[in-house]
Amino acid sequence: MNDDRILLAHGSGGRLTHDLIRQVFLPRFRSEALGKLADSAVLDSPGSRLAFTTDSYVVKPLFFPGGDIGKLSVCGTVNDLSVVGAAPRCLSCGFIIEEGFALPLLERIADSIRAAAAEAGVEVVTGDTKVVEKGGADGLFINTAGIGVVPPSVDLSADRIRPGDRVLINGGIGEHGLAVLVQREGLRFQSEIRSDCAPLHRLAADILRASPGVRFMRDPTRGGLATTLNEAAGGREWGILIDEEAVPVCDAVRGLCEILGLDPLYVANEGKLVAVAAAAEADRVLAAMRANPLGAGSRIIGEVVEKPRGRVVVRSAIGGLRVADMLTGEPLPRIC
Amino acid sequence: MCLAVPMKVVEVSGTRAVVELGGVRKPVSLDLLEGVEAGEYVIVHAGFAIEKLKPDEAQKTLDLFRELEGRAGGE
Amino acid sequence: MRFIEEFRDPRLARNARSMLLREAEGLPSAAFMEVCGTHTMSAFRCGLRGLLPPNVRLLSGPGCPVCVTPNDYLDLALAHSRRRDVVVATFGDMMRVPGSRSSLEKERALGADVRVVYSPLDALEIARKEPSRRVLFLGVGFETTAPLVAASILEARESGVRNFAVLSGHKLVPPALEALLAVKDLRLHGFLCPGHVSAVIGSDAYVPIARDGRIPCVIAGFEPLDMIQGLLMLLRQVRAKSAEVQNQYARVVTAGGNRKAREALARVFEPADAAWRGLGRIPSSGLRIRDEFREFDAEAVPPPESPEPSVEPRGCLCGLVLQGLKTPPECPLFGKACRPENPVGACMVSGEGTCAAYYKYGMDHYAHE
Repeated sequence: MNDDRILLAHGSGGRLTHDLIRQVFLPRFRSEALGKLADSAVLDSPGSRLAFTTDSYVVKPLFFPGGDIGKLSVCGTVNDLSVVGAAPRCLSCGFIIEEGFALPLLERIADSIRAAAAEAGVEVVTGDTKVVEKGGADGLFINTAGIGVVPPSVDLSADRIRPGDRVLINGGIGEHGLAVLVQREGLRFQSEIRSDCAPLHRLAADILRASPGVRFMRDPTRGGLATTLNEAAGGREWGILIDEEAVPVCDAVRGLCEILGLDPLYVANEGKLVAVAAAAEADRVLAAMRANPLGAGSRIIGEVVEKPRGRVVVRSAIGGLRVADMLTGEPLPRIC
Repeated sequence: MCLAVPMKVVEVSGTRAVVELGGVRKPVSLDLLEGVEAGEYVIVHAGFAIEKLKPDEAQKTLDLFRELEGRAGGE
Repeated sequence: MRFIEEFRDPRLARNARSMLLREAEGLPSAAFMEVCGTHTMSAFRCGLRGLLPPNVRLLSGPGCPVCVTPNDYLDLALAHSRRRDVVVATFGDMMRVPGSRSSLEKERALGADVRVVYSPLDALEIARKEPSRRVLFLGVGFETTAPLVAASILEARESGVRNFAVLSGHKLVPPALEALLAVKDLRLHGFLCPGHVSAVIGSDAYVPIARDGRIPCVIAGFEPLDMIQGLLMLLRQVRAKSAEVQNQYARVVTAGGNRKAREALARVFEPADAAWRGLGRIPSSGLRIRDEFREFDAEAVPPPESPEPSVEPRGCLCGLVLQGLKTPPECPLFGKACRPENPVGACMVSGEGTCAAYYKYGMDHYAHE
């Protein structure tokens, strides 16, 4: 390529596309399957259950403290596999690039993908590249789909949750959402908040090893912890009671949420894992989480209750109760 | 309409200051408040400091509720 | 976090609550009204209503500046937003509020340049950085916010910025309190007054209201301990049959308020009659930009299209809710046609609208009302 901008022609499937793939993606995503550049990657699967997931990443800005869209696209999909008990194996990676996108930026993002994939122990085995006209893609969109292998003994499901079970989380909430918000809205705040974007495969595996009977796991991403808990509880014969004081929130997130009028329970995370375990198992799960580098701040934050059914309720510091519904709209800074 | 938070003044220069809460720093305008010094706490609303916090008054309020049987005069 | 967490201390709150329960014993039912959206939110966030004595009711009044702004303000803002050379800068609170036919969020999706800002100074900065655009800042809020907008206009003038204008929807609290006293069928035993508005206007501003309305007025802060103590002070006045102004938020509010802020406000704005959703037209209850600052007044600029006549949503009881005459669940649209994801009235969409607070934080059986 003789210039450093993506052209529409790079997405046409011809010479430039092949050049792009060979020069930007192949050297970084080392994979035999990928190197074959076939239409689908054919993988040996030793007769277990497969987990399969996909996500598209449209984050803006593309780069933020603690990560970038590349790292996000790997960790997000790896985490969706991990919380269903799968050992992540491989990813697909589809790029939709806006005409005029700077090549060095694309390379930097591809480097992030490589690093994140290595850390997560996954290969990028297949991919796709398209280029759209200026204005068509807000810079760059990435889609990743992931496959993982689920051991036969694993039976994670919200169906198994019972009143009396405990709810746990591995650390402070609200970091990713604020790290991105501060960059994007030009709010002119100086803060140390970094996205918590991280692959949770080892943490999930540690939990399962410590307590094979753990009921359920989920990663609370967009919409925050409250939305994720609502997704689990909605329509069920039980509800979830959260002890607000027990939910870990770092000082910077707390402070910025106070200033902007946001509730940390609704701010996005990218490196958090919520687990539900039977009361008798809770301490063991907690210990396993705390022993993992991504779980140093783990806490038991609530329990499953009989009433109110299908809802999430939060007990405030002063002992009052409020219902925490799902997030509607996007969290926006307010004056009121 | 009153969302405003107490923040600590870490730096003053003319009619601007840098305030801090939980490690988060923000420039604010002092156009509406006089005599602000670093180390003091101010109430910040939408990018402006609108009042100073009085620590002694704060303490008085807290003291009223430290003991259940404490004689809290009707202020 | 200093001056925040101490006022959320569970032990102190428990003690204060015990005092409140004791004080309420033997008293007939009392209804107090808070008139500040931040009090509405704060009370719900900490689950305050569920902790109150059974004979004490806390009503939410017209304290959400977004909710009390009638549709015509927003319709005008939306008409301006459709101009290609206009950037509408607004506090986040306004983004999802429905006008007669649309909202800022919807217009943005259709291509309007609408940006959320944290401060009017950020809007001014946009004007500086983009001299070819005309920045229209939506000035909503009460006396806490209006001085800041005034200061921004003064700064715009001083630094020669020519492409910055404010659409003033600012309103004043004391006239609203007086109007509430005149609402038939509304029986209140006290006002819980807004802490940060009071930081600007001073506790003395409520003296005529307490005196003429023979109603206790307690200015309170926003932390759980503040609100509980505020209610305690109101109850004590009820018991003593007094009608005075008291200042619970003494760590911030003074008798005279912030003179400098009021001066900035008075320099740029002058009182004008204003229409309040629910309360109707209240004389001298709004703020308009003085003629001297006409170049910063968006009212002086005709919108490209005359907006169609504003319509208020049918069946919506926001007006009665804002006056404290109905609670949200009593509105036929509440939770059915009107929900946060598709709000009919402003009380539902504004983050601290009474209806939104009820819906989000739920009344169920966890609070008695």
